Amino acid sequence: MSKTTIRPAVNKPDQQNGATAPAKGRPTLEVIGLKKSFGTVEVLKNVSLSVAKSEMVFVLGRSGSGKSTMLRCCNRLEEPDSGDILLEGEQITGRGVNLDKVRRRIGMVFQSFNLYPHLDARRNVTLALRKVLKQSRDEADTRAAAALARVGLADKAGNYPSQLSGGQQQRVAIARAIALEPAVMLFDEPTSALDPELVGDVLGVMRELKQDGMTMLVVSHEMAFAREAADRVVFMADGHIVEQGPPEDIFTNPQHDSTRAFLSRYSYGQ
Amino acid sequence: MDQLIQQFFNIDIMMRAWPTIMRGLGVTLLICCAVIPLGLAGGLIAALASTARSRWLRWPAVALVDLFRAIPPLVLLIFVYAGLPFTGIQLSPFVAVTVAFLLNNSAYYGEVFRAGLISIGKGQAEAARSTGLTQRQTLVHVILPQAIRNVLPDLISNTVEVVKLTSLASVVSLGELLHAADLARSVTYNASPLTLAAGVYLVLIWPVVRLLSRYQRRISV
Ligand SMILES: Nc1ncnc2c1ncn2[C@@H]1O[C@H](COP(=O)(O)OP(=O)(O)OP(=O)(O)O)[C@@H](O)[C@H]1O
Ligand SMILES: [Mg+2]
Repeated sequence: MSKTTIRPAVNKPDQQNGATAPAKGRPTLEVIGLKKSFGTVEVLKNVSLSVAKSEMVFVLGRSGSGKSTMLRCCNRLEEPDSGDILLEGEQITGRGVNLDKVRRRIGMVFQSFNLYPHLDARRNVTLALRKVLKQSRDEADTRAAAALARVGLADKAGNYPSQLSGGQQQRVAIARAIALEPAVMLFDEPTSALDPELVGDVLGVMRELKQDGMTMLVVSHEMAFAREAADRVVFMADGHIVEQGPPEDIFTNPQHDSTRAFLSRYSYGQ
Repeated sequence: MDQLIQQFFNIDIMMRAWPTIMRGLGVTLLICCAVIPLGLAGGLIAALASTARSRWLRWPAVALVDLFRAIPPLVLLIFVYAGLPFTGIQLSPFVAVTVAFLLNNSAYYGEVFRAGLISIGKGQAEAARSTGLTQRQTLVHVILPQAIRNVLPDLISNTVEVVKLTSLASVVSLGELLHAADLARSVTYNASPLTLAAGVYLVLIWPVVRLLSRYQRRISV
């Protein structure tokens, strides 16, 4: 797996703290004024965020700060109470939207992998290709083989999830998502269910996706990786985005108290 | 001792009853062929309705399932066959049996399917929907295959119960296996046809029971 050092990070000069609109072009994903409550608990209180094409944005924040909820609103696994979400400029909130059409353009990777245990790795990837994109068996198999090769699992196509390590399962899950060639990928703590020695493989795949220009919104506590690979870090606290900016700024010079408290707690592990 | 053999294991009488019993077996199998697939379909519908998000679907489904699980199948059968005519609905014995057992069976299969459906974590559906699969595709390709596999032993045991249940049809004089055997008994004044019928049930059901316990042993290992 090649290292990232050759390639300068994109977007950096244009980013400012609190900026929601990158300078060039239309953002791939744009969240505007998102609100969401569960019962009487207001989990998201006016969250706005945008992710530019080929940008990797990391979302940090304490447990319960609303990171997963925000991510899940982006493909409407969770229904926002109000606010707008735009995918490549197109409104995907509201009633008239064909959700199934929208979701195939938004890949999602879950903490618990959520592979289909009754299907082997290849068919985990081909299911949506066949049923959603209506590809022929040959087309789907070819595309699945390419996706599995991209995550380094070309030789595991015939394995069932139970015959794969956690890291391999998560990479199959990534293959399942990227095979649909989504405009943006959402990752919800993709490595936190993994044994430490398996984390690197998954991060390696994410690093390569970034090099290939994939747009990614990542909730994760892998600070070292965020620092190395993210274009921007967003810090959430109590249903708000309290601070955002280039990783170096956030990690070395956090402005907000809750960011400081969070980072000092996490830096022990690094 | 001789008398016992004479009364229960009389080969001569069994041979004479054989054609009647085989005709009865045919009717039993016919009932099974109607009631098992219909019951599976009805059970699946009941399970989907009773796990639906809408309470207007869920409540009636749960109430009906409870009702038909609580009513003894014999009572239900007699009600459908002998009670409904008072409302002007006169069903043939075969149809009455099919309707009564279908209601009973859908309720039982429904409970089994429901257990299967709720055994599948919601992450599965979320993953499927996140790739753009529709709700229906998610159900058919992701949820049901796993749900059915998880409750396969229960589905099979319930099916064995259905086969046994068909013997109740003799009370409405539908000429299934037990009724045929009992007829032969009353003609010959000898219990051997019943022994023969018991043997036929055994041959019909035993392999399934055997298979089931082997399967259960395998998955418990
Ligand atoms: N389906 C739900 N029903 C009710 N409350 C929920 C639901 N999902 C999340 N919550 C609540 O919303 C709040 C935010 O949850 P969320 O999962 O978004 O946090 P998070 O930042 O992802 O935390 P973690 O780091 O633990 O994953 C929590 O208080 C949680 O209990
Ligand atoms: Mg979370």
